[in-house]
Amino acid sequence: MNFELSEEARMIRESVRKFAEEEIRPLAHDLDKKEEFSVELTKKMGELGLFGIFIPEKYGGVGLGYIEYIIAVEEIARIDGSQAATLAAHNSLGVGPLYYYGNDLQKEKYIPSLCTGENLWGFGLTEPDAGSDAGGTRTTAILCPEDENSWIINGSKIFITNASSPITLGSTVQTVTGKKAGGKKEYTCFLVDTGTEGFETRTMHDKMMWRGSNTAELFFDDVKVSDNNLLGERGDGFHIMLDTLDRGRLSIAAMGLGAAQGAFDLALKYARERIQFNKPISTFQGTAFKLSDMAVEIEAARNLLYKAAWLCDNGKDFKKESAMAKLYTSEVAHRCVNNAVQIHGGYGLMKEYEVERLYRDQRVLEIGEGTSEIQRLVIARYLGCYDDAKMK
Amino acid sequence: MNVFVLIKQVPDTEAMLSVRNGTSINEESIKWIISPYDEYALEEALKLKEKDADVVVNALTLGPVRAEGALRSALAMGADNGIHIECNEDLDIETRARMLAETIKKESDTGLVFIGKQAIDDDSNQTHILVAEYLDMPITTNIISFKLEGDKVTCEREIEDGDIETVEMNTPCVVTASKVLNTPRYASLMGIMKAKKIELTKITLSDLGNISTEKKTFTKRLFAPPEKAPGRLLEGEPEEMVKELVKILKDEVKVL
Ligand SMILES: Cc1cc2nc3c(=O)[nH]c(=O)nc-3n(C[C@H](O)[C@H](O)[C@H](O)COP(=O)(O)OP(=O)(O)OC[C@H]3O[C@@H](n4cnc5c(N)ncnc54)[C@H](O)[C@@H]3O)c2cc1C
Repeated sequence: MNFELSEEARMIRESVRKFAEEEIRPLAHDLDKKEEFSVELTKKMGELGLFGIFIPEKYGGVGLGYIEYIIAVEEIARIDGSQAATLAAHNSLGVGPLYYYGNDLQKEKYIPSLCTGENLWGFGLTEPDAGSDAGGTRTTAILCPEDENSWIINGSKIFITNASSPITLGSTVQTVTGKKAGGKKEYTCFLVDTGTEGFETRTMHDKMMWRGSNTAELFFDDVKVSDNNLLGERGDGFHIMLDTLDRGRLSIAAMGLGAAQGAFDLALKYARERIQFNKPISTFQGTAFKLSDMAVEIEAARNLLYKAAWLCDNGKDFKKESAMAKLYTSEVAHRCVNNAVQIHGGYGLMKEYEVERLYRDQRVLEIGEGTSEIQRLVIARYLGCYDDAKMK
Repeated sequence: MNVFVLIKQVPDTEAMLSVRNGTSINEESIKWIISPYDEYALEEALKLKEKDADVVVNALTLGPVRAEGALRSALAMGADNGIHIECNEDLDIETRARMLAETIKKESDTGLVFIGKQAIDDDSNQTHILVAEYLDMPITTNIISFKLEGDKVTCEREIEDGDIETVEMNTPCVVTASKVLNTPRYASLMGIMKAKKIELTKITLSDLGNISTEKKTFTKRLFAPPEKAPGRLLEGEPEEMVKELVKILKDEVKVL
């Protein structure tokens, strides 16, 4: 057993932490307040090398593994959930599927500018009537009657991160392309470029959290795309989606870990400075025990998540552990932000205090990329509760 | 052209320091960083390299094995080479300056030496001046701007009352960086990966000829400043308070 991180991983943590504290922290409050997506910060994250961390250098990535990626997301999320969302969604949901399932032409066409932060890419799975039940997709793609090499897409998607920013190049979209031999729905993923005729994106406003992150609704009205826009093969859609979510869970978990750590750091600092009854409130058992519990849970969450990332980096099965890490870190984050606000007293409820934003930003982590209930369902399936052989 | 940047590894500004054995600090669990002024020095050298591909940036440090970390960080920011004078002894600043100067002399075609205006650990403000002296190079300290044209260096430095002095020197020369000089870049992930592949040059005292290590300065005692007693608030009528204050100044503080 070796719990030591590599020197590079430690250096990455230091550099990203410094970047987050110096470049993101001063802007986070305003971007949240104005509900503004920052093209500039996105570019700066790109320059730092945060996009395409696990993509090989030949496509413009950094060629590192998931553990380094997880640490980067964690450090950004420690300061700001919105920028962490841009980062995690772009890597796991945007670039990830293009790299794992794209053909050479697609990789060469799209990935380089997605690694620099010049452009972003979305991943459209969720629909108004298909959330947890992702198989309920209604968006369809049919072969164009007059042109055998083209498809016509109709339908809509909702809650798609990074899909309508000023620098979005397009989105991967999951569609139903007919029925398989056994009568089951056949799912296929398409790459749809921004600006394709009939494809409209609309930015969603008035979010409780991730207000500095771009979230969009997508509408497809007879959108014609060519065969070249198929991601993987016809019928690969369901597999691509599951695989993408398995990996994506690691980065959502990293956001939970970062939020928990950020809330803890703020709470500890505040508790040591705030004097009541002539003493720092950190010396009261009620506060000290809260901080101890937070520290223990954060340590446990970090170990679980890093292990899942290690399994993934070493080519071992990590799916159960990534679901566990996503579930656990987001719930640890819930308890940590809650305790942190409690420790801040009335000030914790004021937007002037960072902890107020962390409190709101945490909430989505128990919902996005599979709710906590769905994570429990996934884990239970791996445990054999439903004796569902096909998941093995 | 060779450019040297002197890098000192120091405890993080936020590290909680404690004294060990009365003369040194407890190094356990300290986080080490590049002395911030040295980062400004490094950034200025890297900017030079961006403008002129012939510039080779050598980061040079003197210190124990852990000081390698500071060199790795400098390489990750973009330095071409890392040179480590490995030294665990507590040597005089004068000796250290000689060792640094002798190491720089080993390379030819050295045009510039960038150093932070001071190291934030001991704030002794001597190394740069001594290094310049031993290299027989002119030095301008505490610069806030830097320009190189041909072999002419023009830099501005802040002097009393916020006045600015412009100094010209010819290369080879030494400059020391102040905070307003520039904004150091972040070590990018690409830079960190590149740094990993660069092998550090290791130098020991014996590689540097005859340098006397005889100590002429000794740390007698190192101690944390005493905790400030809380302020005292006098109460009552102004006349009484003044009387009380005079009494305190006479009898307790003994300044009257
Ligand atoms: C800010 C944000 C960004 C997002 N980004 C993306 C994105 O980039 N791409 C994308 O495709 N999607 C994205 N999503 C969508 C997200 O993944 C879904 O919101 C999520 O999967 C839940 O779906 P739903 O909202 O439709 O809730 P529902 O599925 O309607 O769930 C409602 C409730 O019912 C529970 N429930 C449902 N089924 C079960 C069951 N079988 N057993 C027990 N409980 C159940 C759920 O746990 C939940 O509590 C994003 C969402 C948000 C809020």
